[in-house]
Amino acid sequence: MTTTTIANTDVELNDEGFFVDPSQWSEDMVPELARLEGIEEVTDQHWQVIRFMRAEYQAKGTGPTVRVLGKTSGVSIKELYQLFPKGPAKEAAKIAGIPKPRGCI
Amino acid sequence: MSDEHTKPQPIEKVSIIISKGSLEGVYPGLIMANGARAEGMEANLFFTFFGLDAIHKGRNEHIKVATVGNPGLHFATMAGGLPGVSTVMTHYLNHKMEKLDIPPIPEFVEMIADTGAGLYACKASVDLFGLDKSDFIDQVHDVITVGEFYEMAAGGHIIFT
Repeated sequence: MTTTTIANTDVELNDEGFFVDPSQWSEDMVPELARLEGIEEVTDQHWQVIRFMRAEYQAKGTGPTVRVLGKTSGVSIKELYQLFPKGPAKEAAKIAGIPKPRGCI
Repeated sequence: MSDEHTKPQPIEKVSIIISKGSLEGVYPGLIMANGARAEGMEANLFFTFFGLDAIHKGRNEHIKVATVGNPGLHFATMAGGLPGVSTVMTHYLNHKMEKLDIPPIPEFVEMIADTGAGLYACKASVDLFGLDKSDFIDQVHDVITVGEFYEMAAGGHIIFT
């Protein structure tokens, strides 16, 4: 666990870079978190996915799998992999400040 | 001894071979390929022998559990050979998988292609069964030789299922 400063706020990240406490996250941290993942420009479509991840986490206590993202976020699986090349569920969860989704699919 | 030098290198690329045409023979390779892409790894899938059924247009909706010669099912081989048993068992497993959000094989293969993984058919098997590229779903990139497979797999791990 490490403490990092994102958007002038101290946050705790685990060894893989996921938020330990999702309540420490705020939307103004997104551009900086995205840059850490190699995403220079956060587009409207990125936002759509990030907000969807956040809402799913708040409703269900866990982030959605890629299949669920593709079916219900309004962004197709092809586009998801273009937006988040390192793996949509994982990368978007990191940027959305929620734990790594544990689904196998 | 947990410094950077002793830390294992993460896997960056996998080439997964699917050689069996039963439900339990096809799913593991698909799950591994999809999971590899979800982790950001490069992944290619190669279908050989009866594994070709998973990308065959007319057959990939009808892949069944092997109920004969499958001790893991824990019922008598003679019972497994009765007409309809394989179909019933397949329905049962498909139903359970749907509940776990595991897609049916045709949808799963399409989804894996959408993740950017490459799908390939083995030339020797395609010739053996008298098939050609038009027999396969559109997502299949090409029919390739074993030599081309090894070339493509260079620098990554090969997983045979």
